[in-house]
Amino acid sequence: MFADLFSDFYQFADVFAFLILSAAGLAIIFGMMGVINLAHGEFIMCGVYVTSAVYHAGLPLPLAQACGAIVAGLIGMLLEVTIIRPLYSRPLDSLLVTWGISLVATQGTLIALGSTFPGIDTPGHSFSVGEYSFSSYRMVLFAASLCVLGFVYVLFMRTRFGVHARATMQNPGMAQALGVRKGFIYALSFGIGTGLAGLCGALYAPTMNLIPTMGASFLVEAFVTVVVGGANVLLGTGPAAIALGAIRAGLNAWYGQVVGEIGLLIAVVLIIRVLPDGFSGWLTRRTS
Amino acid sequence: MKRRTLLAGAAALPLFNIVDSERVRADTKTIKIGLLEDISGDLAVFGIPKLHGSQLAVEEINGKGGILGRQIELMHLDPQGDNARYQEFARRMLQKEKVDLLIGGITSASREAIRPIVDRTNTLYIYTNQYEGGVCDASMISDGAVPEQQLSTLIPWMVEKFGKRVYTVAADYNFGHLSAEWGRTLLKPLGGQVVGEEFIPLGVSQFAQTIQNIQKAKPDWLYMLNVGAAQNSFFPQASAAHLDIPMGSPIKIMLGFEHKQFPAPVMANMYAAANWFEELDTPAAEDFKKRWRAKFPKETYINDMGYNAYVALYMYKMLAERAQSLNKDDIRKVIAKGDAGIDAPEGHIVIDPKSQHTSHHMRLLSVDKENKVHIVKDFGVIQPYWLGQVGCDLTKSNPKEQYTPDHLPPKR
Repeated sequence: MFADLFSDFYQFADVFAFLILSAAGLAIIFGMMGVINLAHGEFIMCGVYVTSAVYHAGLPLPLAQACGAIVAGLIGMLLEVTIIRPLYSRPLDSLLVTWGISLVATQGTLIALGSTFPGIDTPGHSFSVGEYSFSSYRMVLFAASLCVLGFVYVLFMRTRFGVHARATMQNPGMAQALGVRKGFIYALSFGIGTGLAGLCGALYAPTMNLIPTMGASFLVEAFVTVVVGGANVLLGTGPAAIALGAIRAGLNAWYGQVVGEIGLLIAVVLIIRVLPDGFSGWLTRRTS
Repeated sequence: MKRRTLLAGAAALPLFNIVDSERVRADTKTIKIGLLEDISGDLAVFGIPKLHGSQLAVEEINGKGGILGRQIELMHLDPQGDNARYQEFARRMLQKEKVDLLIGGITSASREAIRPIVDRTNTLYIYTNQYEGGVCDASMISDGAVPEQQLSTLIPWMVEKFGKRVYTVAADYNFGHLSAEWGRTLLKPLGGQVVGEEFIPLGVSQFAQTIQNIQKAKPDWLYMLNVGAAQNSFFPQASAAHLDIPMGSPIKIMLGFEHKQFPAPVMANMYAAANWFEELDTPAAEDFKKRWRAKFPKETYINDMGYNAYVALYMYKMLAERAQSLNKDDIRKVIAKGDAGIDAPEGHIVIDPKSQHTSHHMRLLSVDKENKVHIVKDFGVIQPYWLGQVGCDLTKSNPKEQYTPDHLPPKR
């Protein structure tokens, strides 16, 4: 009985972690900054590849993972300054440009590094509850997803940078007039977004098959979570992941992965039909 | 009546001249072979060795004087794993470029997408993958292994060695469904039982629930039909959760070389029946590997698809030279004799006239805790007998159908 209950919790935590970690970076870039970043999956892939390369060069895994996140963040900042910045008022063009970046990144990786990349051992052991055995690394992923949620909340709600960033996203002209360095804020926010994408890749690197197109397997879940979360990502992403995670994990358990995937997408359609502003819009209306 | 014959005769006269000059020119013209392999996108892992296999064979054959004294011109297009592009490119190859032979396709979905297009022409098509079997089509030659070669060997062995309770994890498209059906069909007479069967959408990479379901069902072994890089993430996740259940599969190791991608012991306890895998060490195989590695030193693994792609061109050379023609009907007359074979690196293999599939030397391989491959059993040469047994006979009729254990040809 307890084993089954724990198993249900584990499955939910697993899906929740996947949704939060894939969506966190996009929540900032798409949810806050309004850039429909179709290269999100490739920043995740970047995190995976850097982590694996650094790990195979001899660094311990946590350090390698930090490198993965940092490199993805730096590349993101560089791209923001050079390519994305002129396109903030042109969302369709930025969509096209980021799609182009994603194509260049996957094909470039294929040409430069080949069709596969050596994988990493999953760290940690397994533990048993009743008749089931579980991977303890999956619990690390769940903890990491909670940390990421906490980090994003504290960063944007409790720091000077966060106030400046939110002010800039709301009214860039006014923020600049008050002495906020607009360009710096944009570059840093974008970099934090891609860095979180890189972190997602870094964390999932030891559990997956590494190929250049692997970013795509995160993309749908990332967008779906952010859209259901709504405009205020700090408020919406968490509840969105809880709701979608519960739906997906439940359907997976009862009817299998095919129904799980279909059910997730149907749930998204229904949620945005009933709550057009997503969870955050609904929560804001309830509280104000 | 008489006048018409006369007219026909008169019309035929200049025609003969044209045909004659065509024939003279044909001797010096190159043979055009169209190749459709995915070298970008999700399937690039498999498509790149396939392209290399074809290139190596063409280089070798051209170096020794070509086919019927004519050089081969290989025309490769990359459909990027997109079935619509497969159809577009197949049309371009067949109608515009007028290739003499079409080779390629990775997934069964891509093969079924282009087969009707091939069937409307008089061009021969060689499919070079192992697959779920059952295609009875005179335009197609298959030189990959089929279920009676891979599954009729593997499944009874797994049942005897590990037990009768089987859990199937399969990709949710035609290959996965048909191979799962094959598993059920083969398990029934052995008293085997499918204690769980799960179909996974392509692109899914998270398997915590599947792993739990397997632990709940307590199978003796797993029948793995998961496809693609995303779904291969099952293996590290299962290994991390300590799911130490033996696995059998017709596509792992020899095709996806998972043991070269994941760190040990992720692929430990995997069993597969294959006509080719790079660890095969017969003298002919060693010689073949040496030539391949000389041309493509950076190849991660020479997989069975790449090997089949290589063999396909030698098969075609043998057929064309015995027929002294590139014409499909002439070539099929050679196949109908029943002894159209070549000495391939795996051993001597022959095309079966009834199904136009190829006999293969099958071996059972296993993976140990260091991700090393061992040959557990040699099954010898196995004929592709199933289609002939259920009533497909391409020497008599051409139904252009794909049959399965649940969809058999109509009884005559």
